[in-house]
Parts: sequence; structure tokens; C-alpha cells
Amino acid sequence: MHRLKVAHPERCIGCLSCMFACSRINTGHVSLDRSAIKIKTQGGIEGDFVVVVCHACRDPPCVKACPTGALERRDDGNVVFHEDLCNGCGECVDVCLIGAISLDGDEKAVKCRHCGACVAFCPHDVLELEEVPALGGSDAQKSSVH
Amino acid sequence: MLRRVLYIDLGKKESWVEERDELFERWLGGTGVATQLLLEECPQGVDPLSPEAPIIFSIGPLNALFPVVTKTVTAFKSPLTGELGESYAGGRLAMAMRFAGHESIVIRGAADRPSYISITDDDVKIKDATSVWGINATTVGFILREVETGVGRRSIIRIGPAGEKLVKYAGVIVDTYRHFGRLGLGAVFGSKNLKALVISGTEDVEVPDPGRYRKVYNKLYRIAVQTDVMDKYHDIGTSININVLNQLKGLPTRNFQSTSFEGAANISGEVFADDYLFRKVSCAHCPIGCIHIAMLKTSFAPHHEFEIRKVSYDYELIYALGSNLGVSDPAGLLELIEACERYGMDVMSTGVVLGWATEAYERDLITPQETLGVPLQWNNIKGYQKAIDHIVGMPNEFYAALAQGVELASDRYGGKEFAMALAGNEVAGYHTGPASIVGQIVGVRHSHLDNAGYSIDQKAAKKQLKPEEMVDAIIKEDDSRGVFNSLVGCLFARGVYTNDNIIDALGAIGIEKTQEDLDDLGKRIFEEKYRFKRREGFDIAEIKVPKRFYETITTMGMVDPETVETMLEIYRERRGW
Ligand code: SF4
Ligand code: SF4
Ligand code: SF4
Repeated sequence: MHRLKVAHPERCIGCLSCMFACSRINTGHVSLDRSAIKIKTQGGIEGDFVVVVCHACRDPPCVKACPTGALERRDDGNVVFHEDLCNGCGECVDVCLIGAISLDGDEKAVKCRHCGACVAFCPHDVLELEEVPALGGSDAQKSSVH
Repeated sequence: MLRRVLYIDLGKKESWVEERDELFERWLGGTGVATQLLLEECPQGVDPLSPEAPIIFSIGPLNALFPVVTKTVTAFKSPLTGELGESYAGGRLAMAMRFAGHESIVIRGAADRPSYISITDDDVKIKDATSVWGINATTVGFILREVETGVGRRSIIRIGPAGEKLVKYAGVIVDTYRHFGRLGLGAVFGSKNLKALVISGTEDVEVPDPGRYRKVYNKLYRIAVQTDVMDKYHDIGTSININVLNQLKGLPTRNFQSTSFEGAANISGEVFADDYLFRKVSCAHCPIGCIHIAMLKTSFAPHHEFEIRKVSYDYELIYALGSNLGVSDPAGLLELIEACERYGMDVMSTGVVLGWATEAYERDLITPQETLGVPLQWNNIKGYQKAIDHIVGMPNEFYAALAQGVELASDRYGGKEFAMALAGNEVAGYHTGPASIVGQIVGVRHSHLDNAGYSIDQKAAKKQLKPEEMVDAIIKEDDSRGVFNSLVGCLFARGVYTNDNIIDALGAIGIEKTQEDLDDLGKRIFEEKYRFKRREGFDIAEIKVPKRFYETITTMGMVDPETVETMLEIYRERRGW
């Protein structure tokens, strides 16, 4: 499976190309609210940029928190999102301390699919899509104990 | 995609939204639409600093949708020139206006006390700004960032003390390090008791054909990032021109007394890039990131005690407060730039005003009595710092005159022949030849960016252009930039947005245009701007070119007045005036 990695956050210029790529390619909209990657500023543009992406947790708390089963963890470790099941409760948002999940204007969760679309539009090589070993369901449970 | 006009009346404390499809269809957006709104809103002959004078902001159909289409245009009546005021800024404003769902904003009236406007989608609040009145532009940005919502997608624009005090070339700071610099929008804000405007929104923009949109997007992104058309801007940046123009004898030095500067090597783009540059940042939705930020580290006490300041720089700033003032110390130059940033005043105008004042002081037209003992001397950074404080503080008549611009100051104190303004606007940093002079005279806002005369000169220097050819090139730029500025793209991306690519991009979002449509639109926009200019009393025939332009060698050799006269005549003829 693939995982989106913030390889070089220091190189970010705050252009938001990645956010526009994510919403454009995954939703067909032009929107920041529909982007699963988030660029934040720490103390304004003259401060540092913070690139917030889904960590692809091995034992994802968002899945556990979701009361409707809209977020589902597949056996290989991938988390899939069933939009029709999402009721906009925001439990997943609260439990992800990184801040990688948000709700869009339709009150649906926005969750990274680790598709890599944003990587191709980052002009400064901040992002990478890395290959991580797929996990069996039970392995994942074990490894997550640490 | 919402294409609407938001009206805000500061006096009546009201706001409303109007759908004006026909306006956007006919004039595309950006400067095309802003010019119409200005013609509608601004009563003829009105005092630019009275409540009746409006402020217009506009974006265009491609803003936030395509890479490097990042600018917002503002239109107003300029307190500096008394006619068309127009200025462009990047940052996040265009994106924030797009997501708030307003392609244009009209501000009418004046608030009865210091105020700022807070816009979230259709919700408009006029809030009290008394506690931040008098606070410098940088700090007020930090303060509003804390109290306002919309993190990550908002834009905060504000004035500094220069705008509050009605310095006629005060600007408006946009987010961080971007500006509506020229022609005095800051003073218009100040006259309305308007300290700031914060805008954000959540409109979800849909395009008619996402597949086609993505295809065109990919093409434009690739040209911007993977070809060399924008290399100059993300490498050393515009300041690469310091060395280039210095070698070409086009770098105005000591108030245009010379066009090569012996200290250029100390303040070149290369020096700033190697010794001071610590970060480059971008306007929202621009993969280039040309905003060069220098770190200025100054020791304020022994034992390694330092002040750290982060200052953005560009070619024009280095010219205006550097070579034009004989300043060859890069750290001192950054301090001067930073002073203008905090006060919120246009750096080009400030540099030209100080250049004139220094020469006038040398020639005893003004004395220490006027300057209040401040030594106005080339390369005297402390003196210039004090003078900048005084321009904003206006402790006497002399500094109050400097705050009105170089034309008025030289009217009062003499030295008109070296007061480096054209049509009332302090000139940009290019003494390249006749096209630069003519271009700034005829340009709609008397800016080097109206038609890039400086670049026509550089071409002419290489392959001998006739006056007719130079004039034709100016007209072509005048008109085509009217279209590009209606989109509203970053001029650095002109090479990306060729006519074909503009047509493609518009088509991808459902606006079908042909080359003829765009050519015609460019001409009409230019004429409409001139309609406003003439209405407010502008007449090319009355423009006087300060003698200094003809006394100092340019890239194209000495320019004689006849060449400029001839070119102006050809220009009028070609325009059918
Ligand atoms: S990897 Fe895909 S889903 Fe995740 S942020 Fe990037 S574009 Fe969006
Ligand atoms: S595309 Fe890259 S440089 Fe631009 S904001 Fe995203 S991570 Fe930063
Ligand atoms: S090239 Fe520079 S000014 Fe133009 S949009 Fe990009 S960052 Fe902004």
C-alpha cells in the first residue's frame, strides 16, 4: 500500500497547489475545504508552513471513532471512506490529533486516500508517496500495541 | 461559480449583493469590470479623499482556478494624480474573494470612527478599529489574525500610519509582503476611517466540465513549473535586474543623475540571495513562489544580542531606496524598506521623493531649517530613516509637502527639472530609453507595468526599432494587458498565458472567447480607462517631462526631447486622438 509522506516540510512555499490538486482531482471541485491535505501557517506567512497529512495509522483511531462505519479499515491496512454512511458527526475529526480529517461544506468527512495526486503538483518536492508493506488485519492489531 | 458584486456603505453601515451578469459578460472581470464600477460610482471631479469617492476591488474569472492567476485589482480616484488610481496585489486576497463569492467589492462612504470590515461569505460586519488605529501595518496584521476567523483561506489587508495620515502615496498591505502600493489607495482607506478589511468564505466552486478543466490546468501548470518561462522569478527574482540594468546603463542612480551605480555590486540580487535570503513564499495558488524574504540580523548590544527582522525585497525597492539614494549598504537598505512596510507607504514614490529632496538639499533649495536638521545626503541611512518618520509624522510644512508627492513638493520648493515623476506618479527604476518614458506617460496608471516600455527599449537597443515600431509595441501591450489584468493574472506569468492559453482556460470554465473578442475587449477597456482619466482632467498634451530624463544617458544612449515628442504624436495618431 501507499502512504503520503511529508518528506521535506521545510521546503514548502505555501502555494496551496497540493490542496487545489486534491480537491480538483478527487472531487472535481475547486475548493480548499474538500482537500485532504492541509497547509497551515504558524504565525502567518512569515512563519513556518505546516503541512498536515493523514498519518495512515496502523490502528486508525478515526475508524474506531466512527459510529456509522463510514470509515472502514481494510485487511491490507487501507482505510476506505463510504461517503453515503457519513453523518457528519465529526467524531473522527476530534480523535485525529494531527488534524488530518475535516468536514467539508456538505458536512462529510474529508479523508486522505493516499492516492498521490497532490505529490505531482508540489513544485518543491515537499511530498512523496511511499510504499509501505501491506498488513494483515491481525498483525496490524498487534503492532499497534506499541 | 458566483460572479457577484458586494456593495458596502460605510456611512450607512449597510451592505448588499447584486448579481450583475451582464457586467461580467461584457467586461470579463478584473480591471474591465473595476473600471466600469469606478465610472458608475465615482462622481466627476470629486475629492479623492472625500466620502463620495469609492474603492473598488475586482477579481476575474480565472482567479483561484488556475495557477499563477493570483492578483486582485483595485480602482479608485488617486489622491496622488487626481485621476485614475489602479493597483494590483497578490497574496491570498483573490482566492479569499473567490471563496467568499464576490468577484467585485464596492466600498462607499466613510465610517464615522476608525473601523474595519469583516466579510465571511455574504455576512458583512463593520467593526470598531479604534484600538488599532495608529498601529503599524505589520503589527495590525498580527492582531487581526488572532481575532478574526477563516484561518488558512482568509485575506487581511490593512493600512499603516501613512494611510491614516493621508500620505498621498500610502499603500495597503495585503496579507504578508504583498501590496496595493501605487497611487495612494492607503490614503483613500485612511480618509474613510477604514483601517482594514478581512475576507474569507466557503463557496464550493464547481466547473462545468471537470475533465476539460483538469486537462487545461495540467498544461498550464506544466508550462509554469517545468519550462523556463518563469525561471527568473523563482531563482534570484526580479532583483537580478540590478546588475543587468547597471551594466546596460539603465539603473537610476542618485535621483537619475547617473544610470550606473558604483555600489550596485553590493546591493545586487545575487548579494541578497547569497547573504540575506532565507525563504521564498508564494501567493495562493502560485507554484512559483517569487516572494523573496531577507533575514536582517542586527546586533543591538554586545554579548551577541540580535534583532531579527524579515523583510521582503524586489528590484523596484532596491532601486528606489538603494541606487536612487546612493545607498550601497544592503543591511541599511533593508532597514529603509522595512520602515516603509511598517508605515504602509509606496517604496517607489518614497525613494523618488527622497531622491529629489537630497538633490534639492545639495543645491540649497532646502536648508536644515526645512529638514529640521536631518542631513539628507546620499547613502545616509540614518538621515533617510528620520526623513521617512517625518514624512508620516509631518512635523512641518516641508515634510507635509513631501507627503504629497514629488510634483507638489517641487512646485513649492523648486527643482522641477529633477522631480522624477511622469503624470504625477513617481517613476519606476528604468532609465532605459524613450519607450520607458513614453510608456509611463501614456500608460493608464502611469506605471512601468502598463506597457513595459523598459523592455521595449531593451529590445530596441539590440535591433534598432523605429519610433513607429516602439509605439506599436507600447499600444499592443497597453491593450493586451487590459485583458490579462481582467483575469487577473500575475504579470510574471505572461509567458504562460499566451492568447491561446487564455482562450483555452476561459473555455475550460465555460467562457467561450475568440482572439478577436479579446483584442476588441483590450481596446475597449483601454478606452474606458481613458474616458475616466479625461473626465477627471487628464490630458497627455499637458504632461511635462522633467529635463533630467534628457540629461542622463540611457540604455539606448541619450534621449532627445524630439524623439519623445515624435513618439507621443505617433501614439495619438495611432489611437485616433
Ligand atoms: S494523497 Fe490523494 S487524497 Fe491524500 S491529500 Fe494527496 S491528493 Fe488528497
Ligand atoms: S504544493 Fe508543496 S510547496 Fe505548495 S503548499 Fe503544498 S506542500 Fe507546500
Ligand atoms: S510569481 Fe510571485 S507574485 Fe506572481 S503569483 Fe507567484 S508568488 Fe505571487
